[in-house]
Amino acid sequence: MRLTFREVMLGVRRSPLLSTLSVVTIAFSLFAFGLFGLLALNVDQALRGVEEHVEIVAFLADGTLPESISAAMGDISAFPEVARVEQVSPEQALARARAELPEFQDVFDASFLPPSIEVRLKEGHRDPATVKDVTQRIQTYPFVDDVRYGEDWVKKLYDIRNIAGAAGIALGLLFAAVAVIIIGTTIRMTVLARTREISIMRLVGATDGFVRFPFLIDGFLKGLVGGLLALFLTWGANWLISTNLIQTSFFDPGVATLGVLGGGIIGLLGSALSVGRHLRRV
Amino acid sequence: MIRFSHVVKEYPRTGLALNDVTFRVNKGEFAFLTGPSGAGKSTILRLVIVEETPTAGEVRVSGSLTSGMPRAEIPRLRRRFGVVFQDFRLLEDRTAEENVAFALEVTGAPREAIPARVSRLLTQVGLASKGTSYPKELSGGEQQRVAIARALVNDPVLLVADEPTGNLDDRATRGVFQLLRDINAAGTAVLMATHNLELVKRNSYRVIEVNRGQLVFDSAEGDGAGVVTTTTPI
Repeated sequence: MRLTFREVMLGVRRSPLLSTLSVVTIAFSLFAFGLFGLLALNVDQALRGVEEHVEIVAFLADGTLPESISAAMGDISAFPEVARVEQVSPEQALARARAELPEFQDVFDASFLPPSIEVRLKEGHRDPATVKDVTQRIQTYPFVDDVRYGEDWVKKLYDIRNIAGAAGIALGLLFAAVAVIIIGTTIRMTVLARTREISIMRLVGATDGFVRFPFLIDGFLKGLVGGLLALFLTWGANWLISTNLIQTSFFDPGVATLGVLGGGIIGLLGSALSVGRHLRRV
Repeated sequence: MIRFSHVVKEYPRTGLALNDVTFRVNKGEFAFLTGPSGAGKSTILRLVIVEETPTAGEVRVSGSLTSGMPRAEIPRLRRRFGVVFQDFRLLEDRTAEENVAFALEVTGAPREAIPARVSRLLTQVGLASKGTSYPKELSGGEQQRVAIARALVNDPVLLVADEPTGNLDDRATRGVFQLLRDINAAGTAVLMATHNLELVKRNSYRVIEVNRGQLVFDSAEGDGAGVVTTTTPI
């Protein structure tokens, strides 16, 4: 192990430019991936925020007994898809309408607005099919006049989320593949720069594992440093956008750590592939 | 020690390099391998050090058949012999000591035993005072001596030398050759490829000559020991 680290450090000392180039290339590949990740994270959060507004409103018939309403609310709360049920009286409905729509400012009487029950669904149950299903169950109560949930809006939102999710996975895989190829090529340059040394090691009887090990450690460390640099760059980009353009979210510490470790693992894999290919040829 | 039986080596692009070559080098023997450029000398040496395997026929080195040898076995076999090249193949950024120590380290020698062993080997090749010199601070002859010291780290039973004096002047050639003779006298078999006709003529060692991929002369077989027929000196 001591010998391995000495060889890694020797490699860095011998070709500082190549080592720096490797780390910077890894950092920029991962930075591009990080920026994409940041975009995907924020788009997802924004869509989640919009989705939270998916709501079913059941308008109740005039004169519905409060006990019936309470019983229905209890039933509906027990639906597995339901997160929250709230009763809205005509007065509350008028106050809201006045706040949201200026033309209601002159209305003094709430009696023409029906009482209603507002139902919010749990995350993961806001797709059009589930919303429609819950709506139909609510409609079975005899005192429910009408139920609305913005069918078209829910469907469109759901479509956007699906498209954004699929595009995210496809682009993410593409970015990751590009990063692996670039990093693999960079590490291959390091391997080629040490061809002579590898051939000497093999001639004096070094095993493939012995030859490979310092390169794996080298690739892992460069990937790790590149990952840290990429994290720093991504954080800087996020800070610039947050302070100058729009408020954005950053990766939580767990994801950030995984990203940096991912850099190390990509470096390790790139090295393993490059050295493996080289060793098979010589 | 080395046994070639009807060896054929064919490369996909350049064609036939060796055709039906049969010879053996015995334990403790010294043999010159001669022949013009492109005759097949380097191919023979590559087959001996298991950088290649034959297309047909058999190569046995130190009793092991090289064809079909598992990859993991090759390093173990290579530790039983030493290799020296015309271009020395030293690591330029390491001192003479470090170059020799490197060979010991990669074969897993105990760390505490390395300095004494390196010192002994450098003394053996006459470079006791040059241990801390880098290759470019050494003459060609001295660099080749470092390479020989490196080749001896595992007490090899066989030393394979590919034109070891090819880059050296007469004086350095004599010195390096004497070193190879001493190593042979201590019991190590030596197979030395060379273009140096004078060197071959001056010494009565066995001569194996190849030309156009075929063995054309072996002084151990006929009655003309030491007679070189077609070797072209450079």
